[in-house]
Amino acid sequence: MKIVTIRRIAQIFFFALFAWFCVVTTVGDRWWQLRGWPVNWLLQLDPLVAVGTLLTTKTIYAGLLWALATVVLTILLGRFFCGWVCPFGALHQFIGWLGRRRKKHAERVAMNQYRNGQVIKYYILIAMLAAACGGLLAEVLRWPREKPAVGLVVLAASLILTLWFATWKVVSGWKQATEWFAGLLFIGTVLGFLVRPEVMVASSLQTGLLDPIPLIHRSMNLVILAAFDGVATASRFYLAAWSIAAVFFAALLLNLWIPRFYCRFICPLGALFGVLVRWTPWRIGKRQGECSGCELCENNCEGACDPFGKIHPHECLLCMNCLRACRQAQMTYGPNRSAAGEVPSPGLTRRGFLTAAVSGLAAVPVVRLAGLVNQNWNPGVVRPPGALAEEDFLERCIKCGQCMRVCPTNIIQPATLEAGLEGLWTPILNFRVGTSGCQLNCIACGNVCPTSAIRPLSLDEKLGRGGFAERGPVRMGTAFVDRGRCLPWAMDVPCIVCQENCPVSPKAIYVREEFQVVRDGARTITAVVADSLTLDGAALRLGTLGTGDYFVRLDGAANERRAIADNSGQVVKLAGSWTAVPAAGSRIFIEVRLQKPYIDPARCIGCGVCEHECPVSGLRAVRVSAENESRNKRHSLTARV
Amino acid sequence: MSQSNPLDRRDFLLRAAKAGAAIVAAGGAGLWLHDRKGPSANIVSETVSLPDFSPASAGPKMSIVTGADRVKTVNRALAALGGIERFIKSGDRVVLKVNAAFASPAALSATSNPDLVGEVARLCLRAGAASVIVTDNPINDPPSCFSLTGIARAAEAAGAKIALPTPSSFKPTTLADATLIKDWPLLFEPFQGATKLIGLAPVKDHHRAGASMTMKNWYGLLGGRRNIFHQDINTIIFELARLIHPTLVILDGTTTMMTNGPTGGSLDDLKATNTMIASTDAVAADAFGATLLGKTAASLPFIGKAAAAGLGTADFESLNPVRDHVD
Repeated sequence: MKIVTIRRIAQIFFFALFAWFCVVTTVGDRWWQLRGWPVNWLLQLDPLVAVGTLLTTKTIYAGLLWALATVVLTILLGRFFCGWVCPFGALHQFIGWLGRRRKKHAERVAMNQYRNGQVIKYYILIAMLAAACGGLLAEVLRWPREKPAVGLVVLAASLILTLWFATWKVVSGWKQATEWFAGLLFIGTVLGFLVRPEVMVASSLQTGLLDPIPLIHRSMNLVILAAFDGVATASRFYLAAWSIAAVFFAALLLNLWIPRFYCRFICPLGALFGVLVRWTPWRIGKRQGECSGCELCENNCEGACDPFGKIHPHECLLCMNCLRACRQAQMTYGPNRSAAGEVPSPGLTRRGFLTAAVSGLAAVPVVRLAGLVNQNWNPGVVRPPGALAEEDFLERCIKCGQCMRVCPTNIIQPATLEAGLEGLWTPILNFRVGTSGCQLNCIACGNVCPTSAIRPLSLDEKLGRGGFAERGPVRMGTAFVDRGRCLPWAMDVPCIVCQENCPVSPKAIYVREEFQVVRDGARTITAVVADSLTLDGAALRLGTLGTGDYFVRLDGAANERRAIADNSGQVVKLAGSWTAVPAAGSRIFIEVRLQKPYIDPARCIGCGVCEHECPVSGLRAVRVSAENESRNKRHSLTARV
Repeated sequence: MSQSNPLDRRDFLLRAAKAGAAIVAAGGAGLWLHDRKGPSANIVSETVSLPDFSPASAGPKMSIVTGADRVKTVNRALAALGGIERFIKSGDRVVLKVNAAFASPAALSATSNPDLVGEVARLCLRAGAASVIVTDNPINDPPSCFSLTGIARAAEAAGAKIALPTPSSFKPTTLADATLIKDWPLLFEPFQGATKLIGLAPVKDHHRAGASMTMKNWYGLLGGRRNIFHQDINTIIFELARLIHPTLVILDGTTTMMTNGPTGGSLDDLKATNTMIASTDAVAADAFGATLLGKTAASLPFIGKAAAAGLGTADFESLNPVRDHVD
């Protein structure tokens, strides 16, 4: 079998595997449901997820260690992941192929020319990784102040080293690098003594915006599969789906202009691989410097790495198309560098590198000027159960949408700007969308989260049972009754759907019973016949008082009431007996028995079932906001928890 | 294979070696930093605690000096306890916890009086203190509070430094067996290296607590959304009294805010009560202060709680306070 055929089979296999994993990311134990499928495997193979979270948290979480396999193979073989594994890449390749099918040879070669713009993806990578480095930088800046003695020694040493190098003029290679290092160390230590990084210099993991594996998971989960679900059986809704779709389809359509546009110009994961392949022992190249010059090798070159001329090894996706295309078997994959020469590096400039790094690093504090992870936190951002405190959450979430796909009730939604710019497409709860609130006995989201931005809770921990009894259940927020909208509170209408549906035991919603004189309810009896009272005043609405919730109370008798069995315009028929039958001319009150809901903050877990069920279907009369959420003690509502 | 060229072979081996080294480095780092379990539920923050600043030497525990001139009364009150030298030794680093809660002028007596703050700072420095830091985490905007009350100018004129709270000034603290002060931000930075703590509080009406005096004054050492503690004001004052062991408290009853506390806002809220109290027992000082407000210690539950826990005595007369008067 030809190598290209094997590569195509691999691409189809991994795409199918990816699609299958997305499909089965639904709660259940059928073979086509979550059960034990390793649905995060492709996300775990993605080293950008591992490297990003490594920079923000200094750890590699559980399955993310799979990325090591990708890294090792890439260092040895080249960017096999892009050409053979990546499902997004496969999609680009397919659409690019469709787009250039009818094109002439020269046009195709022109489309696949190496362009200087391909360096942009490296800058994107650098900016994103720099944004993830803020926390580390803050730590570095903090220590001179914390250990002033060591700080002063480093300061002196780095100053001497820098001056020493400066007197030797700028020299190349390692010495120059050392000089830079010493200079930066000096500046860093001085800064550490002068500034306090406080809370602003922080890490924000934004790789997920453009990292192709989270991107395609998100697009598949929240756009493609959601659309299928919508036209098939269960409707799924995703609030920010339009913006996710816009990015996804724009990336796909760009292939019609330049094949693999996304891979060549944007993909930060491809850029990471481009850095890793610097020393690959085996690589694509020409056997001889001179050949017939037919350029068939560039006819279908996926990476636009210029195999005909001086090849760019960091751009080569190992699609192997050139191997097959060359009629003279000039192209090889072997231990030697191309006989036509290589362009050794991606062509980053120092100025570009610094610009990207400083921009990425500075973007985080600039975005955080909004104060959304500090005092100005948005109570509308209710995160799934087990979500880390906001700053830690933003260090881990890759916006892959796995939690949103798996959530059985469809309440986990991709945020637009609720959690700020850096919270784009991160999971927030919306209790109007979907089929219920957060299900008491469901822990799917945290257990599917590939980076532990949402911790994998056990049921015991979520519900505050067993070893977690003392800590209590995980609270996502607190429900608040809007007394201006609540039917019993504002409109004399009996309701308490929220109280009935509160799933915790004892219930977090309790009621206080109250008898309220209805509008125009003060009447005088004009006649009494058996259990029927004829009343003065405006006509009553037919049959509205016989619901069991309405009573007649005699003026002066504080607590003696008789339930109304039925009514006509002027007559109310009573149920039950009275100790003393009132005479004509007595004043009575028509009262409604209301149960007014109250929230017990010590019990409420913010699951949102009440909000979902509230019959005030627009702006709900009971709404959950993030106050008292477990994930941030500083958002406590009550002094005693 | 076209590896006949020795330069090519050398290049290949060099690349292979570098690739090998990169793999070893990546593998080592990956395995070393691998985190099987993930983040824990309670990311327990490192907590700090304040030392016990109580004075070592024995002597009178309380003095009550009447008179309208704060500088004179505080000098006399301290002299009655054995002089400032009993409390402040050469080289001491002193923290003066004032009440700078509101950005209102000194005349309204909602905050520590600047003359008194200046005089106490001066006395400490004269006794040989290496530094005096005046601090509080006020309710209103901190810089405005310190400047508009006149505290900043008076303190700096006396040679003390003002420590304004910033986000990094706070470190979480936990009081053993507490119900409220658990992993809660404490205004800690001014206390780094501190050896003595003096509390300086005016006597004020307080709608929630009944009175704001020396123990309530420690509330200004809390950070975060501390107002949730108003749900349980007596317990928080009691826990603060357990948390903070000052060298000395000075309760300024020269002018007492009788009504509309703790902000006041009108001279009509004030009454000249012309009394200065210095004490090593904050409970006793507050118990006496209650009388200036026309209240009893028994009507203020936080005093009862503190006394019952042995933090001091509500029966201030049992301390045989030294009484004096200066014109």
